[in-house]
Amino acid sequence: MSRISTAFEKGKAFIAFITCGDPDTETTAAAVRAAVRNGADLIELGIPFSDPTAEGPVIQGANLRALQGGITTDRIFDLVRDLRRDITIPLVFMTYANVVYSYGTEAFLAASEEIGIDGLILPDVPFEEKDEFLSACRRHGVDLISFIAPTSEQRISMISKEAEGFLYIVSSLGVTGTRSEITTDLSSMVRLVREATDVPCAIGFGISTPEQAAKMASIADGVIVGSAIIKLLEKYGKDAPDVIGRYVRSMKEAIR
Amino acid sequence: MSRGRFGAHGGQYIPETLMNAVIELEKAYDALKNDPQFVSELSELLNEYAGRPSRLYHAEKMTRDLGGAKIYLKREDLNHTGAHKINNVLGQALLAKKMGKTRLIAETGAGQHGVATATAAALMGMKCVVFMGEEDTIRQALNVYRMRLLGAEVVPVRTGTATLKDAVSEAMREWTSRISDTHYCLGSVMGPHPFPTIVRDFQAVISREIRTQILEKEGKLPDAVIACVGGGSNAIGSFYHFIQDPGVRLIGCEAAGRGVDTFETAATIATGRPGIFHGMKSYFCQDKYGQIAPVYSISAGLDYPGVGPEHAYLHDIGRAEYVPVTDEQAVCAFEYLARTEGIIPAIESAHAVAYAMELAPKMSREQVIVITISGRGDKDCAAIARYRGEDLHE
Repeated sequence: MSRISTAFEKGKAFIAFITCGDPDTETTAAAVRAAVRNGADLIELGIPFSDPTAEGPVIQGANLRALQGGITTDRIFDLVRDLRRDITIPLVFMTYANVVYSYGTEAFLAASEEIGIDGLILPDVPFEEKDEFLSACRRHGVDLISFIAPTSEQRISMISKEAEGFLYIVSSLGVTGTRSEITTDLSSMVRLVREATDVPCAIGFGISTPEQAAKMASIADGVIVGSAIIKLLEKYGKDAPDVIGRYVRSMKEAIR
Repeated sequence: MSRGRFGAHGGQYIPETLMNAVIELEKAYDALKNDPQFVSELSELLNEYAGRPSRLYHAEKMTRDLGGAKIYLKREDLNHTGAHKINNVLGQALLAKKMGKTRLIAETGAGQHGVATATAAALMGMKCVVFMGEEDTIRQALNVYRMRLLGAEVVPVRTGTATLKDAVSEAMREWTSRISDTHYCLGSVMGPHPFPTIVRDFQAVISREIRTQILEKEGKLPDAVIACVGGGSNAIGSFYHFIQDPGVRLIGCEAAGRGVDTFETAATIATGRPGIFHGMKSYFCQDKYGQIAPVYSISAGLDYPGVGPEHAYLHDIGRAEYVPVTDEQAVCAFEYLARTEGIIPAIESAHAVAYAMELAPKMSREQVIVITISGRGDKDCAAIARYRGEDLHE
């Protein structure tokens, strides 16, 4: 059992996604601390990639701003080291395969273990490709998070059986970004997951309002919010952390 | 290890949302590729509609002028829509239609693949949306008009460097949002399995014809086959039926832009290193942290930071050679072929002509070179004029 399971022990989990270095690492650190103080149960730390093919315009923009600000993987490791002085909730990295592969998969995961990272999310690594990253993840006690999509159908059982940490349930077709409506039959998807595993599942993609969060939390074990938080960073820049704190509190209260 | 590997390269590095789509595509392709009716419908289209087989033309003046190996040009520029791209597109469009898809999406760099896809969509009564880097819509405005004329919607892509790689990313994003009625008609031997294999098989008609034609004309195989490489579809098509013949040198010409020692280059094998991007493992131009590098070439069709996985493999095992060719060399070759043979090649293909111009004089008169002229150069005239300091008003 990894530390990630602790995020799901106090009721429904609120998972916040924050792109590291947008607009700078000081703001990222303050935003993460604000989210944690206000009830976030797990933080996904995005390591920017130049060409994030699974992201909508909002997170693409965050990646661009962060890279233009000079963020690098090594600086993000330093940021996490700093966060871990006081933050005890699970932290996971979310990035693209090339960021890990190019750094050296073994070196990347050894560093992740050393700084206290609990999981790794790679949206461009499906079930068929995960073995390449899994052995290094295992060696360093980092959970490799798997996705279930609305198109997964007969793959749900296969993916769920080998899931670790938590399962990332993609709410809708398409890329990340806020949506006014989520129409996928998520209850059926979650039911198939539950038949195959006890690993908790969290729904992400398109969730921005407390109402949506409450609805999703009634179906799954947690909700993941990214673009809505990134929009606050885009709008308020260095002043975003306080606003993010208030937003996280409202979302966490909605799913209690 | 997953399916679709060429040595260490290839694979299926895509979001879970797309996995069933590529699995379904692979199944449909495996079921149809040797189906006599599919094969006969496709050859009918290739022959009667696209104008195959394309000519293998003996460039006599060029041969005499360079004073070495005997030069043949494989005239893919004579195909309908003016490039090799139609070979792949007719195959994929027919496949998509048989799979019940009603909408084609595609990325395009120079616009040739977009035009070919729009053409096939018009012919087969399918909807078509083409993603094109905004930068390229300016460089290739005529092709944008052609696509619209053919009934396609052209979406200018403003993200990233607003060129081919961003058009691929945007087409992939679009595909994840709309899968059930849509086929992503990928234009090169790249992306996740099964695309590199499907596109290669559809382009392999080039080397199948070269082989037959050269045996008829020369009674022997060529000593070298030369083609330009961006993603690498015309090159793999030109190489494929010679891979098992070690006597045939296979030479891919990458776009070096302003030179491989500058940052303004797109020569992936010369300057890149192994990476994972756009669904595949291969060589990519990237920085030390794996951020994909902005690349540059005068040619919008070769302006891509990666290369197809089968080329990466042929490079690794030393079966094919990959050489960088600069903008300046390509432009000189563009002008040279126009003056010497009365053939205006695409600026992409001019990269292959440029290397042949260096190689031929070093070879003997008994030896034979085949250069694939992957497309025609009309689309490039304004850009080349601009390169030479002349502003044309189209």
